[in-house]
Amino acid sequence: MKVKVLCRNPDYYLRETKRDIYKVPRNYEPSLHPFEGLREYTRALNAVKLERVFAKPFVGNLDGHQDGVSCFGKHPQRLSLLVSGSYDGEVRLWDLPQQKCVRNFRAHDGFVRGIAFLPDGQQFVTVGDDKTIKMWKTDLPDWGEEEEPTNTYISKSVIMGVSHHQKEPMFATCGELCQVWEEDRNEPIRTFQWGVDSLHDVSFNPIETNLLAACASDRSIILYDTRDIGPIRKVIMTLRSNRLCWNPMEAFIFTCANEDYNLYTFDTRKLKQPLQVHMDHVSAVTAIDYAPTGKEFVSGGYDKSLRIFEHGKSHSRDIYHTKRMQRLTCVLWSMDNKYILCGSDEMNIRMWKARSAEKLGVLRPREKTALNYSEALKRKFGSHPQISRIARHRQVPKHVYHAQKELRTIKLKQKRKEANRRAHSKPGTVPFLSEKKKHIVEEQE
Amino acid sequence: MDLLHDRRIFAVVSICYMCFFGAGEAPYVSSVSVCIATGYGLDDRRVGFRIPMTRYFLKQESQKDKQKPQNKGNEGSIKELRTFKRPKYKSSIEKSQKEIDALVTVVKYKRKAWRGRKYEDDKLAGARVQAPWNRKSKRVPVPEDKLAHHSRGEGLSGDGIKTDFHQKKLKKHEANIEFSIEQAARAEILLPEESGFLLADEGELTTQFTQQQIASSVDITSATKHFDLHLAEFGPYRMNYSRNGRFLLIGGRRGHVAAMDWVTKKLLCEVNVMEAVYDVQWLHVETMFAVAQKQWVYVYDNQGIELHCIKKLNKILHMEFLPYHFLLATASEEGYLSWLDISIGKMVSQFNTRMGRLNLMTLNPYNAVVCLGHSKGIVTMWSPNVKEPLSKMLCHQHPLQSLAIDSQGQYMATAAVDRTLKIWDVRKLEGPLQQYKLHAVASNLAFSQRGLLAIGMGNVVEVYRDCCQRPADRPYLRHRLFKRIGNMQFCPYEDVLGVASDSGFTSLIIPGSGEPNFDALESNPFQSKSQRRESEVKSLLEKIQPEFITLDPTVITDVHIPTLRDKVEAKKKLLFLKPPKIDFQPRNKSGKKKGTVKVAQTKRIVREEQRREFVKTLKDAGIGEITSPQNTESSSVSVKHKPFTALDRFKPKKKKEEG
Repeated sequence: MKVKVLCRNPDYYLRETKRDIYKVPRNYEPSLHPFEGLREYTRALNAVKLERVFAKPFVGNLDGHQDGVSCFGKHPQRLSLLVSGSYDGEVRLWDLPQQKCVRNFRAHDGFVRGIAFLPDGQQFVTVGDDKTIKMWKTDLPDWGEEEEPTNTYISKSVIMGVSHHQKEPMFATCGELCQVWEEDRNEPIRTFQWGVDSLHDVSFNPIETNLLAACASDRSIILYDTRDIGPIRKVIMTLRSNRLCWNPMEAFIFTCANEDYNLYTFDTRKLKQPLQVHMDHVSAVTAIDYAPTGKEFVSGGYDKSLRIFEHGKSHSRDIYHTKRMQRLTCVLWSMDNKYILCGSDEMNIRMWKARSAEKLGVLRPREKTALNYSEALKRKFGSHPQISRIARHRQVPKHVYHAQKELRTIKLKQKRKEANRRAHSKPGTVPFLSEKKKHIVEEQE
Repeated sequence: MDLLHDRRIFAVVSICYMCFFGAGEAPYVSSVSVCIATGYGLDDRRVGFRIPMTRYFLKQESQKDKQKPQNKGNEGSIKELRTFKRPKYKSSIEKSQKEIDALVTVVKYKRKAWRGRKYEDDKLAGARVQAPWNRKSKRVPVPEDKLAHHSRGEGLSGDGIKTDFHQKKLKKHEANIEFSIEQAARAEILLPEESGFLLADEGELTTQFTQQQIASSVDITSATKHFDLHLAEFGPYRMNYSRNGRFLLIGGRRGHVAAMDWVTKKLLCEVNVMEAVYDVQWLHVETMFAVAQKQWVYVYDNQGIELHCIKKLNKILHMEFLPYHFLLATASEEGYLSWLDISIGKMVSQFNTRMGRLNLMTLNPYNAVVCLGHSKGIVTMWSPNVKEPLSKMLCHQHPLQSLAIDSQGQYMATAAVDRTLKIWDVRKLEGPLQQYKLHAVASNLAFSQRGLLAIGMGNVVEVYRDCCQRPADRPYLRHRLFKRIGNMQFCPYEDVLGVASDSGFTSLIIPGSGEPNFDALESNPFQSKSQRRESEVKSLLEKIQPEFITLDPTVITDVHIPTLRDKVEAKKKLLFLKPPKIDFQPRNKSGKKKGTVKVAQTKRIVREEQRREFVKTLKDAGIGEITSPQNTESSSVSVKHKPFTALDRFKPKKKKEEG
């Protein structure tokens, strides 16, 4: 007779000393792991609930401006520095980790309309309502030195915005005209005009560096090439676009924030219809900024809330709001893809986490694996009704809630009316018009 | 082909297999016939493995020694193999056939120029089978049967997907799944322990070995696992092992309850509850156990201190604990089934089965469904969500005597008073797969983790091996006790069968019954206090809701059928639906002329309300298949009679009916 009976040596299964970690032998035999699907589902449900529990995006408040914040400047290299301009012409430089103002000076009479850093980050340009363009050093002036611009350009027309070229010493301003300036010349080297009385935003393409886009008050978006004499193309929409931002990863894509509560992502090669209409705001959208990854962008508007959209999705993945935050004028997505800053009418700059449930600080490896695992679970079970409901749910301010409800009714009513009209008219006379096409009037070359 | 049926080749083959799988180097075997025989020698669990082996050696041959004369029979043997099919591993056989075909053609393969990304993606998607030309990674292929064992079912082919993007996404997803399966199968080699066995010499039978003989021929530690507890005074006993197999709980009918660590023989507590004890059951950890006493169920801690008296559980005969659901399922003398959530102390469900006294109860560990055996020869299956049985199986013509389901929820054994024992396929609710006539009535049945079946007949215990797939002719082991058996259970992760009898408790050594390798994250016999606490918290966090107890627990991972387009269309239909016109004339309250504004308004309001109600009733009935009110009624009726599934909890709740 040959016989063997299971007999485990405890030495193999128990830790040697008390300081040791526990031994965890694994066996992936399926019969030892019953209810796999159900347990995973429960874990996914817990993960998604915990995500909502930990969703506390507000990081801090930068307080100091005497008037509403009008614009931001994003430093190309330094993460900790933020420059902001306000309605009273003051410019403030902030140390973000300490949430302190490190420097402030009066740059312009009236609004500061725009701030742009030079590619090396040593200097920045501000434009104001006083028709001047001023260049400032990023570093603090030496002891005893006056707070003075290193260079001042005087424009003949009103200036509403500024954008600096990515590589060359060249920047563009907009206002009555679109002007391109060189840093060492006092006159614009180039002036563009296309029958428009005013432009209110201008932006250089970060990749295709000679390309320039501007939003005009005749509801159009105009594309220029700085090497060319005249503008290239423009697209006219039903309402005007307030702000425009290029995708930092894809040269031919930009998104504009529109007055009709929507954002539109365009492909420059095909302006006839936008790639995507991003709907969720319930009031005019006034500010937008892309994440450095180009996969997400943040927008803010007159509905006193921030919304974060994923590239290619028509609805936002998150909404940030506080009770005291008023209408937003400018937003900024930090270069480390972790924070969002927003400036609003009521003189405050607020700092938010880009992913609301993310843990700040260093993650231990076990934490990281646990998070990755729960992410995978959420993806796997994301379409289950219970889980998607919890993941989607957001508490919104009362005014947003009511406005959403109202907008929904309006849309439904329009839809129904259109359907009725279609049903009662000759086939083909009332064509189906997609949401993308509805908001574009025409494209001009 | 006689060679193929010769089982003696088994030993040679298993050695081949070991070095092939273990060393990671390909053993060079020249003769094909041996290779083919390799597969046949193996026992049933490894049947599917024969083809890959063949494939492997063929590969060797096709590349290196085509000129060898022995290989002339090569093709013939392949054909033979093709004809041989078993339904269970059909898909794997077909797959490997395809691979063989692929290999035959592949010999001519010449590397071609770059054909773009799509080609590369295709290659990645089907990357599990290593092509002979792909020599970048020298990983040894995993045997097909191991892959089939860990498989999560057939993947999606992605035929219906139109866009390239989503097709690629799906392929990537499938590749991930296959990778995980392969990793799990590959990890088997790392398992430290091997299962026990008992082999008889020439002219001997395993049945003849007594426990004394076995105990004397094994090591001292294992020998201590056979012991008797003589407890003659407190009458017929019942017993229960904790989930990790470390702790034992016994309860005598005359009130004696004792909990112990049976491996070290250390007593945790011993009390006399001064009342009749009908059943004992460990709860989720070894610090708590439940005892079904004369009137109510009591919960004690491991010191024997009474924690709870559950008066809602009245006159309980049997208790089962569902560790993943934290439910204590009980069957009472008066025919009531109840599920008590012990984590929050809430009664999940309690109802009368209307089947009379419930003295036979067991749990299906695969889907957590409670099975009851009845005196009419019926087995009924119950979930807490439905007050009717999920299924009723007529198993015997005579009253049932005992009932057991194996750990994978595949087989059910039933025994009736006419001395018959039947094995059923519990997943398909079919059978009987096997039918036995016993010497005596089987009063107790128990399955071990590795599929051994213990049958208690009066005071005799017989253990059968492989009695489910094929008829077993003689028992594997037999043991005779002094008194009648109360109940018995195989100890998890040990080669031990615990038998409680009228005269105490006996622990029997049954080699090869227990799962040799435990998963410490599921249940750990060597658990420390802090590990136990941690695992308790974790398991509480992932407690499965009782709504999910259904016959098929995998429903939750299935694809929900109604497509998005259907849903959208149905929604649209609802939006532009015209309700049936109503002929409505409001009462003329004011006494003015007809056709006033007020009348028109009232009419409009009523119509609008009616439209809203109409849409709502349609919605309640389910959006999918509605077109007209006549249809809705029939559809709602059909919904009612559908079997309850796990996904039903997401349906909108029905309003409580009036009255």
